[in-house]
Amino acid sequence: MSMVQLLQTNAQAAPAKPRPRVRLLPYLLSLPALLVCVAILVPFVTAAVYSLQRYRLNLPYLRGFIGAGNYIDFLSDPAFWNTLQISITYTAVTVVVELLLGLGIALLLRRPSRFHNAVSIMLLLPLMTAPAIAALMWKLMTNPSFGILSYLVSLFGVTDFKWASDPSSALFTVVLVDVWVYTPFIMILLLAGLRSLPRQPFEAAALDGVPASFVFFRITLPMLAPYIITASLFRLLDSIQQFDIIYAMTQGGPGDRLMVFQVQAYLEFFQYTNVGRSAALLMILWLITNILSNIFIKNWLRLRARAHGHA
Amino acid sequence: MEHSSLAGRIFRGVALSLILIFFMFPIVWIFLMSFQSNDQILRIPPRILFEPTLANYEALISGQLRTAAGNLQISFMRNLFNSVVLSSAAVLLALLLGVPAAYAFARFKFRLGETIAFTLLSFRFAPPLLVLLPLSLYYQELGLNDTYFGIVWVYQLIALPLILWIVRGYFEDISPDIEHAYRLAGHSWREAFTRIAVPLAGPGIAAAGLLSFIFCWNNFVFALILASADKQPVTVGALAFVTASGIQYGQIAAAIVLSVTPTLLLALYAQRYLVEGLSLGAVKG
Repeated sequence: MSMVQLLQTNAQAAPAKPRPRVRLLPYLLSLPALLVCVAILVPFVTAAVYSLQRYRLNLPYLRGFIGAGNYIDFLSDPAFWNTLQISITYTAVTVVVELLLGLGIALLLRRPSRFHNAVSIMLLLPLMTAPAIAALMWKLMTNPSFGILSYLVSLFGVTDFKWASDPSSALFTVVLVDVWVYTPFIMILLLAGLRSLPRQPFEAAALDGVPASFVFFRITLPMLAPYIITASLFRLLDSIQQFDIIYAMTQGGPGDRLMVFQVQAYLEFFQYTNVGRSAALLMILWLITNILSNIFIKNWLRLRARAHGHA
Repeated sequence: MEHSSLAGRIFRGVALSLILIFFMFPIVWIFLMSFQSNDQILRIPPRILFEPTLANYEALISGQLRTAAGNLQISFMRNLFNSVVLSSAAVLLALLLGVPAAYAFARFKFRLGETIAFTLLSFRFAPPLLVLLPLSLYYQELGLNDTYFGIVWVYQLIALPLILWIVRGYFEDISPDIEHAYRLAGHSWREAFTRIAVPLAGPGIAAAGLLSFIFCWNNFVFALILASADKQPVTVGALAFVTASGIQYGQIAAAIVLSVTPTLLLALYAQRYLVEGLSLGAVKG
């Protein structure tokens, strides 16, 4: 029976009758999405295979299976440990700063008012700026000869602050850009969370004259926890893979000061044409993100069920 | 919580002002810079009051940049055009592929559906280069490198999970009884889908589409790897522009303003749905 006929029979069938044939319909409807899935999975498996090969684009005749060779090389490679350390530092610092700042702002804007809503909408603009472009904006502002920020710090007597081009301040500078772009993400999620909390516990606490700090640590924070966890994991997953801001700002430099996973993998591939090594680096990153994203998805599903009213 | 002492109010006022300055200043400053000549930009101390010039925008639109080394041809407008084409096409394709799938996932509980939905979700969080680097080698063999289609195809990685999960939530919130009643009246499932389900989920579909557009527009790494100069969107084009134009800072600022204005305007328009979109449908605003 052709597909068209099948659909027509379906249409005519009385809904009361059991219709085993309708089971084909969901598969038909999701076929295109399945296709995209496959199109993602093929390169993914390819990358996994590459990571087990000696594969350099400039030396194709050397290509061959070397098992865990690329991974074992990392163990004794200071560049790899540097990458791991920078990635973890970058992620930890950005997520902690953004979480604290985002939570603080959300608490300040908690009470719905026209002014508070206007502020929260304005704060969305950095988040909607392309991160690569945001990096360029900050590059203009931190330019040593005319950048407004360089001028401002010079007013405080700091005349030779080189921002992203100095190894000692490069991490600080890209973290600053990341905080500028992504703090509003945490803020907007936590603000929505805060405003969705039930009012009774807070009213009861106010009636009993419970001190504000007790209310915050014993009522607000625990009730907000699912939102905090989901928002932080979201940021954690994106932050450990940061590419745009760092690449647009310094391409991983100065030296290897900002060589995070994806920037390193990009350079291994395009600059050193070492596909095997690049793929192995990305597989390690994938392993980290996969563990995190499994935890994330559990929390996310719980929150989603709550939003759709079947908690 | 509700009592506001004078000290508390002052603290709130100061804190909110500092926050607004930190987050708004870069946008305002770059906007002002885009109306300044290079001489004005290089002046120390910087001045807030200046005579605005449109020269930077004129240079960008005409594609003729005056630099110290002479005239330079840069087609930044081409990048802007590419961004519009790539993002619109990607969103249209994702809606076409994603809305029926989202409907299937919401209405029929089937194993494969869940697998697809979760695979797409988990790849939203996988390192994009992991897929892109092998894909760039495949693309070279298939002749898809540096084609609009090739880039639009990988943009599905951004747009499809977003559309699938947001729209699925909207379909799940619509009671299937309405469609059942419509089917009882002798209409086909297709009519029930297009005349009942899609219009009822309309706001969700529109929101997911707008958000996907913003995220596609803001993407950088996909086109950096898969596109050469004449297919590059603004994000990659702006970076190349900085390298090429050197010290034409006013023009760089103008290019930045042109690159971000469309998404910022769309974001303001769609701000009601941003919370939901950013959390992939897990938090409602």
